[in-house]
Amino acid sequence: MHYKLRIYRFQPEQDTKPHYTTFEVEAEPTDRVLDVLEQIRGEQDGTLAFRRSCAHGVCGSDAMRINGRNYLACKVLLRDLDVSEITIEPLLGLRVVKDLIVDMEPFFDHYKSVLPYLINDDPLPADGKERLQSPADRERFDDTTKCILCAACTTSCPSYWANSEYVGPAAIVNAHRFIYDSRDQGAEQRLKILNEQMGVWRCRTAFNCTEACPREIKITQAIGEVKRAIQTGKLD
Amino acid sequence: MTQTHTFDVVIVGAGGAGLMAALYASRNAKTAVLSKLYPIRSHTGAAQGGIGAALGNLEEDHWEWHAFDTVKGSDYLGDQDAIEFMCREAVQSVYDLEHFGLPFSRTADGRIAQRPFGGHTNNVTGKPVRRSCYAADRTGHMILQTLFQQCIKNNTLFFDEYQVLDLLIENGRTAGVVAVEIATGEMHVFQAKAVIFATGGHGRLWEITSNAYSYTGDGVAVTMRRGIPAEDMEFFQFHPTGIYKLGILITEAVRGEGGILLNKDGERFMERYAPHIKDLASRDVISRSIYLEMKAGKGVNDHYMLLDVRPETVNKYAELDGRTRPDGTPYRVTAQEILSKIPDITDFCVTYLGVDPVKEPIPIQPTAHYAMGGIPTNKLGEVVIDDQGTVLPGLYAAGECACVSVHGANRLGTNSLVDLIVFGKHAGIQAAEYAAGVDFQSLPQDPTGLARQQIEKLTSGDGSEKAVTIGRELKKVMFDDVGVFRTAEGLHAAVEKVKELSERFKHVRVTDSGKIFNMDLLNTWELSNMLDLALVTALAAEARTESRGGHAREDFPQRDDVNWLKHSLAWLDGQEVRLGYKPVVITNYAPKERVY
Repeated sequence: MHYKLRIYRFQPEQDTKPHYTTFEVEAEPTDRVLDVLEQIRGEQDGTLAFRRSCAHGVCGSDAMRINGRNYLACKVLLRDLDVSEITIEPLLGLRVVKDLIVDMEPFFDHYKSVLPYLINDDPLPADGKERLQSPADRERFDDTTKCILCAACTTSCPSYWANSEYVGPAAIVNAHRFIYDSRDQGAEQRLKILNEQMGVWRCRTAFNCTEACPREIKITQAIGEVKRAIQTGKLD
Repeated sequence: MTQTHTFDVVIVGAGGAGLMAALYASRNAKTAVLSKLYPIRSHTGAAQGGIGAALGNLEEDHWEWHAFDTVKGSDYLGDQDAIEFMCREAVQSVYDLEHFGLPFSRTADGRIAQRPFGGHTNNVTGKPVRRSCYAADRTGHMILQTLFQQCIKNNTLFFDEYQVLDLLIENGRTAGVVAVEIATGEMHVFQAKAVIFATGGHGRLWEITSNAYSYTGDGVAVTMRRGIPAEDMEFFQFHPTGIYKLGILITEAVRGEGGILLNKDGERFMERYAPHIKDLASRDVISRSIYLEMKAGKGVNDHYMLLDVRPETVNKYAELDGRTRPDGTPYRVTAQEILSKIPDITDFCVTYLGVDPVKEPIPIQPTAHYAMGGIPTNKLGEVVIDDQGTVLPGLYAAGECACVSVHGANRLGTNSLVDLIVFGKHAGIQAAEYAAGVDFQSLPQDPTGLARQQIEKLTSGDGSEKAVTIGRELKKVMFDDVGVFRTAEGLHAAVEKVKELSERFKHVRVTDSGKIFNMDLLNTWELSNMLDLALVTALAAEARTESRGGHAREDFPQRDDVNWLKHSLAWLDGQEVRLGYKPVVITNYAPKERVY
């Protein structure tokens, strides 16, 4: 089938401002958008820049705006888009470095700010084996362990667009993953961080994050649970 | 302007092995990690089914059984001292991961959950044993996340999106590496007492692969250009269950949970090839069986097989097999239970095939998956440069880019993650210890010379050839002629073809002339690595006139222990390859016929 791709371009060594280039390609409806980008870079324009690695939705490299919505380019097929004219743009809210590549550093800084690692100062089990955790306790935070830090959620959030100091949904998801882990003892510290001005209260439950998540994490729900934990002082 | 940095230990690659090495090296040495990707994008994250360790949480198991299964799985080419070391260390390593916070799935009594996996058996009964420790079907994702989290906690120093182009050796010792900062195009010299390569595999040499775009064999290529041999490159694993055409992996755990392979007649064909453990035979065995079935006209539409994990199918065969749960009750599953065990696989099938795996069988074909061969090391992670066990002081390798060899001719499922964790850790410890006892080597006169030369070649061709075309032809010939089954004729043709492609590659010119995120330049350099690895792989495969593990010769169908119970070593000198061999280390397990 014939497709037209209108792609956002910014070549920092030549361009003073961004523009769009339209490419025409023959592709199968079952091709991934990433396949088409590869085809364009290989056959038509070697200067087109984008990140990618695993090509099946688990590494998080190729989050971008496709027809106005955040997707992983490797996890959306042409037929899923239902149209033959496709607009591809970099994620919103992060500085564009070149074409579809954005500066991810602010995103990772927010992630690091919520202490995204297990905090537990108790001695390890005397037999050297695993800490115990019931299947129900493990299930409690399963959803938020799925995050691949692709930034699709944070960069779809109107509150984040309005103020990039806001930690954003991805950071809250990763805080949630530890706050609700029965082995962890850092919930109080994390809730304190998320109760600050740039924490969870910036969330206006727009649900964009949940819709954008390629891992189908119930992000708005996770944020709601964190908000409730701050208000009630209890983890339920 | 070239910047120079100085560290005791530099680690190249930030997947499971690199991060594990970083956590341990940085305890005692000033350490930096260089990675061409953000660490969290590394391919370890794609591993699905689990990490093998004889915890015995659900039934009797022993690390010695794990060791025997690994030796047998390797078709007796694995070094048994290293295998015993790995399988013994695996147990503590899995507990270490849990202590780091890894969210393993759990048993009813709260312990780490374990499931059966291909080739892992109870050595007394010969039946599958629950040894694979898992976190749903995203165990690698959880390992990568957990190790990255620990690195954040420990303030590990990362140089993200730095591509290492060259290894510096002075006076026969490691002196550092040269890297390009992808965001600026600037060269950086990292002077280091010790360097650990943890750069992953090279499955992108083949047309159908489960591997990430970044799996282009950079570490092996860089070390080969500096005179270090590559070991056992003819052994590459084809995983039997890749999604048809796309190659995306469908974990063995699907069969561990009861999934069955069927041919176009709906026959469970593995019963004929591996009567004892059937669908849970070793990967090489199943991939060959699939090809033989297709050759016999039993492929669906001539091109693929079906992996059936619908509950009615699982339950039918579980009943026939007399399969039971740990408490002795018959093994019966519901669709809900299957979905909870393999949520990501379900997602892949729905996304890429429009198939719901509990309602329809999944079309599958073998997919290039794992490099058994790589940079030769011993069990301490030290790089070994000849057939005498000589190490290059200060140089280490771990994970898929390394060949210890613990996987020999065929890797067992779950052992890649074991390898990363065990040898990543020990390489880190060893490198830091080594660095504490030596001074820095001086840097060579023109440290960035070879790196610059390589870049200049890629930008000065006449442009009459396209990298993408050469890449496509390379992947095709590798898949057709250096794939699951091989012949002298096909391998010879592949060698000639790769040589022709390397000649044509000289005409390629990178079209992006910028410095900032020049992905065209980076990808073209990666292709030069793949061409070098392809040549070595095809030549080593042509030379090995026997069938063993992942290397199956139609013209030499038998394993030949008299002549070929040995590792290959390949030295690359421009376009010339010299082959040598070294013996296999045998401790407790005398080679015998491999039957599943």
